[in-house]
Amino acid sequence: MLPPPIAIRVATEWLSARARWQPLEVAFWLVAFAAIWLFPDRHLILTEIAWLGLFALSLDLILGYAGIISLGHAAFFGLGAYTAALLAKYEIVNEPVLALLVAGLAAMALGFVTSFLVLRGSDLTRLMVTLGVALVLRELANRYGWLTGGADGLQGVSIKPVLGMFRFDMFGHTGYAYCLIVLFVLFLIARRLVNSPFGLSLMSVKGNPLRSSAIGISVDARLVAIYTVAAGYAGVAGALLAQTTSFASLEVFSFDRSADLLLVLIIGGAGYLYGGLIGAIIFKFMQDYLSALTPQYWPFWIGLVLVVIVLVGRDRISSWTAPIRRVTAHLNWRALMRRLTVSVRERRSP
Amino acid sequence: MLTILFDGIAYGMLLFVLASGLSVTLGLMNFINLAHGSFAMAGAYVTVFLVNRLGFPFFISLPMAFLASAAIGFLFERTLYVHVYKKPHLDQVLFTIGLVFMSVAAADYVMGSSQVFVQVPDYLQGQFEVSGIGIGRYRLLIIVLCGLLTIALQFILAKTRFGSRLRAAVDDSRVARGLGINVNWVFSLTFAFGSGLAGLGGALGAEILGLDPTFPLKFMIYFLIVVTVGGTSSITGPFVASLLLGIGDVAGKYYVPTLGSFVIYTIMIVVLIWRPQGLFARAASR
Repeated sequence: MLPPPIAIRVATEWLSARARWQPLEVAFWLVAFAAIWLFPDRHLILTEIAWLGLFALSLDLILGYAGIISLGHAAFFGLGAYTAALLAKYEIVNEPVLALLVAGLAAMALGFVTSFLVLRGSDLTRLMVTLGVALVLRELANRYGWLTGGADGLQGVSIKPVLGMFRFDMFGHTGYAYCLIVLFVLFLIARRLVNSPFGLSLMSVKGNPLRSSAIGISVDARLVAIYTVAAGYAGVAGALLAQTTSFASLEVFSFDRSADLLLVLIIGGAGYLYGGLIGAIIFKFMQDYLSALTPQYWPFWIGLVLVVIVLVGRDRISSWTAPIRRVTAHLNWRALMRRLTVSVRERRSP
Repeated sequence: MLTILFDGIAYGMLLFVLASGLSVTLGLMNFINLAHGSFAMAGAYVTVFLVNRLGFPFFISLPMAFLASAAIGFLFERTLYVHVYKKPHLDQVLFTIGLVFMSVAAADYVMGSSQVFVQVPDYLQGQFEVSGIGIGRYRLLIIVLCGLLTIALQFILAKTRFGSRLRAAVDDSRVARGLGINVNWVFSLTFAFGSGLAGLGGALGAEILGLDPTFPLKFMIYFLIVVTVGGTSSITGPFVASLLLGIGDVAGKYYVPTLGSFVIYTIMIVVLIWRPQGLFARAASR
């Protein structure tokens, strides 16, 4: 056993090594931001990728880090979308960024309340409860048609310029830059979160809830916390959709959306934050290609992809990025171990 | 009032026949099969095809629907599902959602996206009155048929050798294996039979529930409610749950149409929070 001060130092160094930015990550974000200038004609689909990526990131937080299977994540997405659209339509909050915050907070509130429903029960119960929450919200939105526009969707929404300066255009130029910046900021927060001791404790909860509580982790509190945060992320993603399209419809709550989201995350791989973003890129381009090929039947190919992924083995497929990650992680590990041994030796020598 | 009760019972019985296979699948293998509705849809489309296109009599097409769905179920179970039993729940969910999407698109491709109805023979249409209660002939047929099926199911489960093997496998599949029961085989047969029942239910229900390619998605939640609320340890639980759901849904849509299915979903969430094992489950042994 190491003496306590050294143990703490080792732990801190380990945590900060985990949190260190790797060259690939930097490159990823550089390319993403460069796309603002490089691909001006693809900004519409890039906008969709940005909010879908954020939505998948939110699912990753609860599925990849806390192990909660949800079939109703669209509930928070939809709430965020309707909140943002309604705020803009009735000119309650005119500034998009502020409206985004309000939408996120509304979704967080819903997430906090419903998080207590997913604490208990088996995977099946969780599935049913999350699905049920999304269905209930959908029914509510349908029921209060005078407010939400019912089955026709909420029309006549006009979004004011971002920060009063940048007007949304029909080519998605502003939309992409706006979504990307929001995504990046929220990603930084999520990254900080999962690399903190809190994030580590979440992963231990995912691994074995019983043992985690035995070593003093309050399992329920962690799950409530991460579920609430993830709900807020989903709400912001929904709000981004509503703001960039000036529209919200019942479809935001649909089961297909929650199911597609699972696919997005699984393509990219859960549990390392980038899975959702990479999955969103692949999914959107695949959807673009397939629906141009067979407009009506493209769900068939989505289904086929899901079936094949499971039959081949999810870990085998989603680990296609693993070799790259392993190489970079390996480099850092060696540097870290060298420095650790040096620092421990220094401590012991006098 | 009593007419609503009657319609509700017919609806509930139908749901039970549709979902009973799922309850066994879930109880026996702890396998989450969201694609159960796809087998029901297959049976329904077989009936539509036989009756409307080829002019088969309605009553002959019903067993054909059963056989067709059972065959498809058996085939899928042997070739695809067996690989997924041991995988985590997330994989099962992804896999069966994938199957649902594929079946929806395939049905759309083969049969068209519009809603279709089975041409029910004339003597089954219309309704008659018994002491002020309007009784639809077709609904009466459903109640009678599904009632008979339920009794038969109960008999098979309680009295036959296969039934006792199945119950043993559901209760503790490891010990059942140890006693020389071929659990995989029992499971395959049950899966095929459950799929067949779903196909039969779909064929019977096409007239009432409406049949279009999104059928598996629309009714997935109903099947799951029946199974999770009813519990998986017996068939009485799902039976009572289906009746409650059927009556509740019909009554809810009649008296408070604006609320839609809101009430059903809320009750489901409350029940699942209150009793995660289902309303009628025995104390969990595992």
